[in-house]
Amino acid sequence: MSNFVGDWHALLMLMLAGFLPNEIWRQLGLWLGGGIDEGSELLVWVRAVATAILAGVIAQILLQPPGALASVPGWLRYAAVAAGFAAFAVTRRSTLAGVVCGELLMLAGKWWIG
Amino acid sequence: MWSVTSTILTLVLFATYLGIGALAHDANFSLGWALASTVLIWAGPAQIILLSVLGSGATAVQAAIAVTVSAIRLFPMVVSVLPMMRTPRTKRRQLVLVAHFIAVTLWVECFRLLPQVPRERRIVFTHGLGTGLLVVCLVATATGYGLAANLPELFAAAILLLTPLAFLLSTARNCRQLADAVALVLGLALFPLVSLLHTGVDILISGVLAGTVAWGVHWWREKA
Repeated sequence: MSNFVGDWHALLMLMLAGFLPNEIWRQLGLWLGGGIDEGSELLVWVRAVATAILAGVIAQILLQPPGALASVPGWLRYAAVAAGFAAFAVTRRSTLAGVVCGELLMLAGKWWIG
Repeated sequence: MWSVTSTILTLVLFATYLGIGALAHDANFSLGWALASTVLIWAGPAQIILLSVLGSGATAVQAAIAVTVSAIRLFPMVVSVLPMMRTPRTKRRQLVLVAHFIAVTLWVECFRLLPQVPRERRIVFTHGLGTGLLVVCLVATATGYGLAANLPELFAAAILLLTPLAFLLSTARNCRQLADAVALVLGLALFPLVSLLHTGVDILISGVLAGTVAWGVHWWREKA
């Protein structure tokens, strides 16, 4: 059981550096964001900012990749995502087609450069 | 038809959490820690950031700042989705769990599915959808953790690439207004430029800038 839980210090880090700094924005949204009209201009703005921040996270994962993804050269990472987006666009917004296409290009490219 | 696309999104989510489980194993965290992070954080990007920042030996304060910056996007997500569930009699505490479940996938799904659900049943519906997705992701986290021991590098890289691909395409799919599309494209384009400044809050700066410009374009078009 102690193996399953690991050390308590790591769990404390999870609470303080993971759970709290993440959850606070959800609960702030609930307790401070109330009473805003569904179609208001403010909501168009917050949606746009949320979308742009997520786009930033996507760009960051591609630009400064974690773990094993760093073993894939930059040009191949960008080409794979571009191919995935192209497949998504020509298949009338099929997420699956896009994901499969991007993955296949990355695997083929990795195999090709050895 | 929506059940088919829903299955695909769940598959993509499953694959993302396979990657998170694998990453947790590689960074020497326990399986219990990995599962607890999925239940408590419930946001792919924040979990990946926490794992990679703590795994690289940075302090808890640095990790907390990186996580909280990545989580700011949850604030407008919650603000924009909750009005769809409120009725005049809804109390705020009834929405605490709904707010916790809001993450990219559930946010996208709420906009797609909630209009087909009667308003007074939307909170219950979201609790069910959130719990179902959470169970799927817990199974994926445990499976990825178990696989990581003998995961070849190529397979691990492929799993990690699923995260940006899935997030990009599911966000693009959800673009309903011009402002959403402009925000997505500008957000992608601005981050590499802003990251050259090394401010530590690059994602926040590029996000607010790109989002505001996108809103400006929308406002200008509405007026014209």
